[in-house]
Amino acid sequence: MNEDTAMNTLEMVTSGRVEEAVEQRTAFDDAIIQVRGLSVRYNARYAIKDISIDFGRNQITAIIGPSGCGKSTLLRSLNRMNDLVPGAVVEGKVLYRGIDVYSKEVDPVALRSRIGMVFQRPNPFPMSIFDNVAFGLRVNGIKLSKDELYRKVKEALEKAALWEEVKDRLDAHAYSLSGGQQQRLCIARALAVEPEVLLLDEPTVSLDPISTAKIEELLISIKKDYTIIIVTHNMLQAARVSDYTAVMMPDENLVGRLIEFGPTKEVFTRPRDRRTEAYIAGRIG
Amino acid sequence: MTERSSTALLASKSIYRRRLINRIVQSAFLFASLVSTAALVVIFFTLTAESMSFFTNVSVIEFLTGTKWTVLFADKHFGILPLLNATLITSAIAVAFATPVGLAAAIYMSEYAGKRARNLIKPVVETLSGIPTVVYGYFALYFVTPQVLRGLIPDLGIHNALAVGLMIGVLILPIVASLSDDAMRSVPEDLRLAAYSLGARKYQVVLRVIVPAALSGIVASVILAFARAMGETMIAAIAGGFRPILSFDVREAMQTMPSYIAQVATGDAPHGTIEYQSLFAVGLFLLLITAALNFIGIRVVRRWEIRY
Amino acid sequence: MGDQVLKGEGDVSLKRAATRRKVLDGLVPVIASIGVFVAIAFLVSLLLYVVVTGAGRLTPTLITDYPSANPREAGMRSATLGSVFTVGLAGLICIPLSIATAVYLNEYAGNKWWSQVLRYNIANLAGVPSIVFGVVGLGFLVYGLGLGRSIIAGAFTLAILTLPYVTVVCVEALRAVPDDQRLGAYALGATTFEVVRYIVLPRAMPMMLTGGILGISRALGEAAPILVISGLLFIREDPTSLLSEFTVIPLQLYSWISRPQVAFQQLAAAGIIVLLAILLALNSLAIYLRQRFYRRLEAG
Repeated sequence: MNEDTAMNTLEMVTSGRVEEAVEQRTAFDDAIIQVRGLSVRYNARYAIKDISIDFGRNQITAIIGPSGCGKSTLLRSLNRMNDLVPGAVVEGKVLYRGIDVYSKEVDPVALRSRIGMVFQRPNPFPMSIFDNVAFGLRVNGIKLSKDELYRKVKEALEKAALWEEVKDRLDAHAYSLSGGQQQRLCIARALAVEPEVLLLDEPTVSLDPISTAKIEELLISIKKDYTIIIVTHNMLQAARVSDYTAVMMPDENLVGRLIEFGPTKEVFTRPRDRRTEAYIAGRIG
Repeated sequence: MTERSSTALLASKSIYRRRLINRIVQSAFLFASLVSTAALVVIFFTLTAESMSFFTNVSVIEFLTGTKWTVLFADKHFGILPLLNATLITSAIAVAFATPVGLAAAIYMSEYAGKRARNLIKPVVETLSGIPTVVYGYFALYFVTPQVLRGLIPDLGIHNALAVGLMIGVLILPIVASLSDDAMRSVPEDLRLAAYSLGARKYQVVLRVIVPAALSGIVASVILAFARAMGETMIAAIAGGFRPILSFDVREAMQTMPSYIAQVATGDAPHGTIEYQSLFAVGLFLLLITAALNFIGIRVVRRWEIRY
Repeated sequence: MGDQVLKGEGDVSLKRAATRRKVLDGLVPVIASIGVFVAIAFLVSLLLYVVVTGAGRLTPTLITDYPSANPREAGMRSATLGSVFTVGLAGLICIPLSIATAVYLNEYAGNKWWSQVLRYNIANLAGVPSIVFGVVGLGFLVYGLGLGRSIIAGAFTLAILTLPYVTVVCVEALRAVPDDQRLGAYALGATTFEVVRYIVLPRAMPMMLTGGILGISRALGEAAPILVISGLLFIREDPTSLLSEFTVIPLQLYSWISRPQVAFQQLAAAGIIVLLAILLALNSLAIYLRQRFYRRLEAG
């Protein structure tokens, strides 16, 4: 967002034209995912309310905030993984390339091969390294010759910065890898189906600092080909890795809200909302 | 990287096929799940239909209040009370045996036994419920009655309710032991710690804190065991005798409801005769009682599960 | 007062109560262990009695000969074949149905209201006395559907009887598969069927197989329902088709147990040894399979 838009926004907010302000704030030239008025509740309780945000193509957007503010819920809403949670009700719109992913014509199965996900704790399948990475390709019914399959697995492992470490033991069981390697394996597995967007839910929270650094590096190296959205409660990680940062915060009813969004540098040095400032300074959250 | 158009999110041939396969499997598996429900419906209707034929010839009042059951004789009386009484008596004996023994075993397994001992004891106790009931019947008739019980009660009949009750008790002991053991193990640790910190000795913690806390689970296990005892056939058929009599003397032979059904089955009751129909009336009656007991038992279990 | 207690000169009754509690603390576990001993005693004495009585009569002809009025020539060949066919067929019906039901309940249906109803029905079915299954089988299968007193009627009855138990084991097996495995697969764009087929079922299979084998071993020991369906028959030939009359091992034993002659008692005991040996073998197989599969899962 540039200086003019920022001033405009401020003026609109102060003059009471809040809706327009939201529109402006979320207007991206090249947004691959646009979220509009998203609210998610589990049975009667709202986890997040009225979230509107754009995720820019080929960028890394970080979602930060204290525990329990709904960051994971927001992330899961993007690839309809919330569908698998009993009692979860999604209101509002999530537009992927202009199509509302919650509309009846969209098949969540197809959606998830476009928007991949990596989880907090590494969850490789109990199979060989090769089979793990190949799983998505095999399941999606993509017919490949043995050589082509090998090539794609190799590509994915290279992108995930794991190839060098496992290239001689692709048949080894996934559980023989260390935690950091397993997580990179999960990233390779997700990349193998060639999604456009990669969602990561606190991917390094259970890893040591070296593995964390490796993963942060690889995310930066692949962002030119993917759009990456990463939830993290580690502000330093967000500052290191992301181009844009969204800040979420629970309101007085403990419902998660989006309180700040902008280029990472700005959010961290000149935050608009005083709660963001307090959070970054460590005074809250 | 392959460029994918947004419309590809919608139908695509391979996605369509995969979705179709998923749908088919889902419906097929739903159909399979309905088998158990269908079975219940069949059970209910079959028993009710034949019972209705039975009750066109027999008054329900006589059935429920009569004290003579002579269906297999020439002079037919249709009072279920002798059979019901025998069933209740043998089941009561079984529970009277299984509850203290099973509870004691459960207390030992969950509170006193070390890990290795427990891993040895629990399967052994479970084995008791895996032994075919004909084997128990054999043991009751040829060993327990002549060698053991007659030593204590010399005028015990060769077929008697006591032996039947005792062997059924051994059969259902694992039910009480296992469920009570689960109930006691799920008592939260902080209750134990609180009792110890107040200066209680272990036996006081066990008897005054854990067992009362686990009580609903223990009671549930007893109710379910009682229901299981009522439905037991072979032990009663082998060791209890085919004598439908309303008696409270456990040294005598008496015929339970399942044992009567076994007797009719052993003989020849042609389709459509009153003897044949009596199978269904007795079966329905037995089912209603055990179903009621199981219902109560499951309710009690659920209340215990919710609490923890 | 405090000083007095510390010096041991406090209230004498306090001291006596303390000693009593000490004694009880040692007694209670001993009394509790009596429960275990009683159970073991029954098991051991039963096995001993059966083995002592029947071991002498254990000959191969026990399984190869047909029943006879002469206990020396009697065998349980027809019952063995009857058991194999009836229980085998029951297993073939029951195990796939149970797996399908468990997968539906755990992977497809979730918490919708009808899945609760289904679970409730399965629990109810589990509580039906086994002889009632026989009575219903007689009315519905033997006469109602006209299947006659046949192997197939017995097999269906045993299948429904064992269904609740095996289904519960299968559901537990599915629940034991950690959820993040499923999530990983869903996130890659797999359908529920694919998640089940490639990730969940392979992992749950050992436990399901164990459950299936245990279900079969239970069905093998069932006498009451088959008694009602087939009656107590004296069968001196091998079954020829699914519609043949039949008997099963526990029923053959019942028939021998009902005869007063000592020779038949001995015969029954020998037959019991055979039956228990079969059950022991099946249970050991189940345990062995479970160990082997889990070892394979860990090591990869």
